[in-house]
Amino acid sequence: MARVLMKGNEAVGAAAIAAGCRHYFGYPITPQSELLEYMSVHLPKVGGVFLQSESEVAAINMCYGAAGAGARVMTGSSSPGIALMQEGISYLAGAELPSVIVNIVRGGPGLGGIQPAQSDYHQSTRGGGDGDYKLLVYAPSTVQEMAELVALAFDKADEYRNPVMIVGDGMLGQIMEPVEIVERPPDPALPPKTWATTGTRDHPGSRSIINSLFLKPEVLEHHILDLFAKYERMREREVLVEEYRVEDADLVVVAYGTTARIVKSAIAALAAEGVRVGLIRPITLFPFPAESLRRLPDRVANLLVVEMSMGQMIDDVRIANEGRRTVHFLGRTGGMIPLPQVIADTVRHILAEHHAGDVPHVSVGDEKGGR
Amino acid sequence: MHNERIIIAGFGGQGILTMGQLLAQAALDEGRQVTWLPSYGPAMRGGTANCNVIVDDAPIASPVVHGDATSVLIMNVPSMKFVADLVPGGFALINTSMVNTRVERTDVRAFYVPATELAVAAGDLKTTNLVMLGAFTEMTHCVGSASVLHALEAKLGGAKAHLMDANRRAFALGAEAIAAQEGAAHRPTEPSVPR
Repeated sequence: MARVLMKGNEAVGAAAIAAGCRHYFGYPITPQSELLEYMSVHLPKVGGVFLQSESEVAAINMCYGAAGAGARVMTGSSSPGIALMQEGISYLAGAELPSVIVNIVRGGPGLGGIQPAQSDYHQSTRGGGDGDYKLLVYAPSTVQEMAELVALAFDKADEYRNPVMIVGDGMLGQIMEPVEIVERPPDPALPPKTWATTGTRDHPGSRSIINSLFLKPEVLEHHILDLFAKYERMREREVLVEEYRVEDADLVVVAYGTTARIVKSAIAALAAEGVRVGLIRPITLFPFPAESLRRLPDRVANLLVVEMSMGQMIDDVRIANEGRRTVHFLGRTGGMIPLPQVIADTVRHILAEHHAGDVPHVSVGDEKGGR
Repeated sequence: MHNERIIIAGFGGQGILTMGQLLAQAALDEGRQVTWLPSYGPAMRGGTANCNVIVDDAPIASPVVHGDATSVLIMNVPSMKFVADLVPGGFALINTSMVNTRVERTDVRAFYVPATELAVAAGDLKTTNLVMLGAFTEMTHCVGSASVLHALEAKLGGAKAHLMDANRRAFALGAEAIAAQEGAAHRPTEPSVPR
């Protein structure tokens, strides 16, 4: 397939179908509805099942059922809708059911607004539902990367028997960019889903049971330890990160998603003045690319975290940083978008004014600097 | 072939988002890098609508055009606020059928086209956005005329192919309106824009 102009939301749908997804359950919400619309048109053409549920709660539980039966299944929503799904996501993790969940993030809390935001980082990476669990979380920054990560997400969901989340902000859902959708059938190396509830013909006498209830604490603890061994394997094998111009940087910015693109525009403007700034762009939010921060050159004394939130990923940066460098923050929230000029100004300010051990520079909601 | 950072603005129903998409598709077909970013909101006919289109030879980092536009296309009075986003030397293209004020900035180049009237002359009021695209293409040579018309043909498809003639006429009238204006040479050098 040639490069075509597609909205981010549509590209998610096209990539999912190309990856063998044949079941989609969801409920419309701005700025994510084009995904649902795309699936409603295109899934029936390939013999798939599209169903607009009565609510997000129903949609995620339909995913639970389809995943339990071994289907490649996806749902999508935006922040308040994803909040409603948290119970079901916890159940999916507990019952170890592969599924792909797309969150095109808008401003919260509550109904919030409909403009782009990144304020669901904690919800995505800390477990928005109950219990000890993790999702594998991908955060693309272009439509092409989003399409590729959707395809990867289905394979990883099957490989780890775990829900995988794609996190994009409202801009990434709405933007149109050239994208090439590649047919990517399930990885043949994946083991057959012998655990799925497909009847007992293949394994007479032994039942497949999908369950997240373990009443004996020693059994539940054992189950959770198994889950965490899985998450540890993700930490070892699944980290994805872009390191951009970090080798000779005087300061390194940490940003993900569309924000990282805006940061790159700021880096280009600064480079024209001879100011060397690098970027660490986590592509997986869990597992977080902590190693990229740890192995930065010693000359980098300052890190600047830029987010469309009041500062959520900054917690992971601080954990990875272990107090070595000063961690500054620039944030816009509620649907406001930080501008390259303001990011560049903040970098200039930090490099001119800040010395080792100083109190970090924090700027949130500066009315001069957003759109 | 110029790199452009474009804001197209008007109200819902004027074909603002479609204009941007046609431009983006034309640029893609010419092998350029392109982004199209719509404003989105509680959408309604008559509500505000605008989009940002970036056409470049290098991969595009930030898709947002704000304070660094090289061209603005303005389809109604409230959208005149986007003139402030132009870099010095940037182009403003105004649909004078809908806008009765002038551009006050003296460091930008303003072009005035009665796009709605020209669309009626072309045979279909709904081709106003193609008049504007024809004018824009003549003004900037950002993309080729043939690419824009080809993108429209592909978008209309077979069922609406009969609309192509009026749209072609509209596009040509827009281009002629610019060619007739004093100083309507193509941009001699690109305005300097930090990427």
